Amino acid sequence: MSTLSIDDVSMRFDLGNGEHVQALKNVTLELKTGELMSVLGPSGCGKTTLLNIVAGFLAPTEGKLSLNGVPITEPGAERGMVFQQGALFDWMSVRDNVAFGPKMGGQSPAEYAETVDHLLDVVGLQDFKQKAVYELSGGMQQRVSLARCLANKPDVILMDEPLGALDALTREKMQSLVLKLWKETGRTIILITHSVEEALLLGERLLVMAPRPGRIHKEYQLPFADLGVGADLREIKKHPDFNTTREEILSMIWDMEEEIMGRSEGASS
Amino acid sequence: MIVLIIYITVFAIAFFAVRFIANRLIERHDFTSLKTVTFGDESAVTPNRWASILSVLTIFLLWGAFTNSNWTPLHVPGPFVGDTKFTYVMEAPNGSRDDATVYVRVSPAGEPKSKIETELGDGFAKNDSVSVSAWRSVLVAMDKNDEFKRKQGAKVVEVNGSPISPGHRVQVDDGEIVMTSKGTLNFIPNKGLQMEPIWLPPPENVVDRVVEIAQEGYQNFTLLEHLGWSLLRVIVGFVLGAVVGIPLGYAMGLSDWFRGWFDPIVEFMRPVPPLALIPLVIIWAGIGETGKIILLFLASLWIMTIAARAGVSGVKITKVHAAYSLGASKWQIMRYVIAPNSLPEIFTGARVAMGVCWGTVVAAELVAAEKGAGMMIMVASRFQLTDIVIMGIILIGAIGYAIDILMRKSEDYLVPWKGKG
Ligand SMILES: Nc1ncnc2c1ncn2[C@@H]1O[C@H](COP(=O)(O)OP(=O)(O)OP(=O)(O)O)[C@@H](O)[C@H]1O
Ligand SMILES: [Mg+2]
Repeated sequence: MSTLSIDDVSMRFDLGNGEHVQALKNVTLELKTGELMSVLGPSGCGKTTLLNIVAGFLAPTEGKLSLNGVPITEPGAERGMVFQQGALFDWMSVRDNVAFGPKMGGQSPAEYAETVDHLLDVVGLQDFKQKAVYELSGGMQQRVSLARCLANKPDVILMDEPLGALDALTREKMQSLVLKLWKETGRTIILITHSVEEALLLGERLLVMAPRPGRIHKEYQLPFADLGVGADLREIKKHPDFNTTREEILSMIWDMEEEIMGRSEGASS
Repeated sequence: MIVLIIYITVFAIAFFAVRFIANRLIERHDFTSLKTVTFGDESAVTPNRWASILSVLTIFLLWGAFTNSNWTPLHVPGPFVGDTKFTYVMEAPNGSRDDATVYVRVSPAGEPKSKIETELGDGFAKNDSVSVSAWRSVLVAMDKNDEFKRKQGAKVVEVNGSPISPGHRVQVDDGEIVMTSKGTLNFIPNKGLQMEPIWLPPPENVVDRVVEIAQEGYQNFTLLEHLGWSLLRVIVGFVLGAVVGIPLGYAMGLSDWFRGWFDPIVEFMRPVPPLALIPLVIIWAGIGETGKIILLFLASLWIMTIAARAGVSGVKITKVHAAYSLGASKWQIMRYVIAPNSLPEIFTGARVAMGVCWGTVVAAELVAAEKGAGMMIMVASRFQLTDIVIMGIILIGAIGYAIDILMRKSEDYLVPWKGKG
């Protein structure tokens, strides 16, 4: 069984003036194929940094990462990323955006046509495939992002607040879509979010991180993602367990934020 | 001064007239008309078509009015043309006085002058006849035929009944008289408000000149050849500048070594106006085509380099990251992400560069050339052929404008995503 393994990873940013930020400290994590893990944590606790390291955009100062036994040293097609926004190629049509990965991989248009058109169907953008991306709404653009990532058939999909910029209704639809695609494709997914609800709904596993230094605070195993496939997400939110877990995590993050605030207030006085 | 006042008046009248008519006749139903806030909303301000048309028309009409054009209905008062006369009183050394009349014929500018036949009249002061062209003045040697000369102590004391002495002036019909320090009378016919053709020819002369030069050529080359050569130099120089500058800019945007190596050169050369290079280029390459093309190459090179460098720096890092994690190689990133993403910047640079090149080529031709738009107007100005100069300026402006419109249109077509990402 193939896995993504993150082994004792630390990340220190030198700020140049002799100071440094310990963005991550001794993070160890193992993800099996097909797992969907959501990551929560107060702002600045190193979530994006962790994702960038897994994607290969950053090299950790300490520790090792590997995917299926192969060390991660640079970005690669086996680890796809869905950005929050603004990462689509404005100069291409919707369809060309989705076809970008296969095309870069050397496939001919005939080879990737089926995959691309299928994905455009799945995300409901078949009618918009010839449009330029700047002609689409924010929600549609995120669906293009998702389809573009999936077209490349990555082993691991990394999402950094992919739905953060969407309105509540679009967001809910996109959450269902993510769950559906996750079940259909069986990909490993790491999803960063600021919404506790979203983390609970989508994550099989839920990682809560703590700041200063960024580290894993607590991990949960959750049933809601499996329940949510093909179901009405609003029904699941009424689940009593859902509410108790949400309250627990909210107060935990609240405490952490409070601690940060208190600490910086103390430092300034 | 008068022109400026008339211009501002026309501007204001046209503004209120069009406002009034437009509000009456045309009901607007577009989105902008529903905006309540237009002052300060830049997108609600589009050029008013009527204003543009009236603006061009106003300039044309003013031009015609001040040059007595056949094409415009209204003219400002022109210079006096025709026959006029004035009288002077001569005082002889012995104190006796006599008067005489000076007949003046003012002929239109550029036409042969002729005198009025007169009789000498009686008394010791005799009548005179002089001729002058419009806009010019004439010294009246009134005592030449008189019985007492100035040398003998005779002097003019009155003109048309008003006393006059050296340095003073007297208004007469259709002009004025100034007495010089030596006591001669200088007749200056009324100039009116119109411009002399040598300063500003009427529009029809300029158009005639265009037709003439288009058919017969000027200085061994036809009009089309003059303009074509200028344009060709610009295009060759610009293309060379772009072909070298864009890759250089990319290299500077992508490699620290290139950036470090070329930064001092580019930053140093950028503020040097291309015109300042003309003397050096003439020394190095002479006044032939090579020199001009080197000059235009240098003019566009730095602009294109900086534009391409800015284009690369402007690529959002998330797009590059996205492309990498979709499996693109470095070359593919270059080809599919960096190149298209920098196109808007490069187009902006190209527009600026074309403008600068066009200005530079004209200036270089003013200095030295055998053919070209700049050379044409320079030679014409030496012979005071104002109509050719004006024609040249209008054509140079029109071509520069056309180039810019062309660049903007192709930009809209090629980089439709500009400013929308
Ligand atoms: N390039 C960098 N240089 C210096 N410090 C950095 C850099 N990137 C991140 N940091 C620091 O590392 C810490 C973690 O940042 P990171 O962006 O990973 O947080 P995050 O959990 O994603 O926050 P958010 O939820 O607000 O997105 C922060 O304190 C940040 O200041
Ligand atoms: Mg972040």
